[in-house]
Amino acid sequence: MAFPDRIERTVEIAHPPAKVWAALTTAEGLGTWFGNHATIDLRKGGDAQMTWDSGDKASMRIERVEEPSVFGFTWHIYGLPDDDPRRTYVEFTLEPVGAGTRLTVVESGFAQLPEDEHQKAFGGNTDGWAHELGELVEYLNAA
Amino acid sequence: MPPDVEAIAEQVFIALADPSRRGILAELASGGPATATDLADRLPITRQAIAKHLALLSEAGLVTAEPGERRRVRYRLRSAPMQVAQQFLAALARDWDGRLDALKDVLSGD
Repeated sequence: MAFPDRIERTVEIAHPPAKVWAALTTAEGLGTWFGNHATIDLRKGGDAQMTWDSGDKASMRIERVEEPSVFGFTWHIYGLPDDDPRRTYVEFTLEPVGAGTRLTVVESGFAQLPEDEHQKAFGGNTDGWAHELGELVEYLNAA
Repeated sequence: MPPDVEAIAEQVFIALADPSRRGILAELASGGPATATDLADRLPITRQAIAKHLALLSEAGLVTAEPGERRRVRYRLRSAPMQVAQQFLAALARDWDGRLDALKDVLSGD
């Protein structure tokens, strides 16, 4: 079994990088093709959020802003609990090709297994709801 | 890439490939920790088969035995290996093809 750590796609778009850049990095753009609604604080370390009419949402932390060629962010791995620290890194690269743009997206980090996660997978046996409920009981007892 | 990720995920998928084991995991997920006897009462699986499946699930780290008398040992679900396997599914579910198509459509629409 090959565990994919990295996903890469390249598409040619018949619009100049400036226009593609706006679609990737503005609330208006992200809220159209990606989410149903978006907010973004476009700077390194800034936050962005997308929400969908289904009720889903995604929070991103912006890592690279090099207009109009590189835009990178990290986000949560879909399906893992909200408090899971693991995040994948998504990087868009825009290259002018004639009057258009070659857009490459790379998402990496799916196969990461930090040391503490390793411990969690092989070590302790107290994870899960029973553990959380135990902590709740302790918290209530202490109050 | 650490080989552990693949090894853990593989064991999870092997465990999930069997309908009886899925039944046991589903029962532990919905009903909480249970003994082999409890599970045999609730599921259409013999106690002997339950014991065999619990041994495999335990080996995969998907269930853990709570301390207790042999006949009264309760098994509880462990989610950590599931979360590793979920990373694999997340990579398959990202759907960048669909998203990039949507981006192209939006840009050519105006």
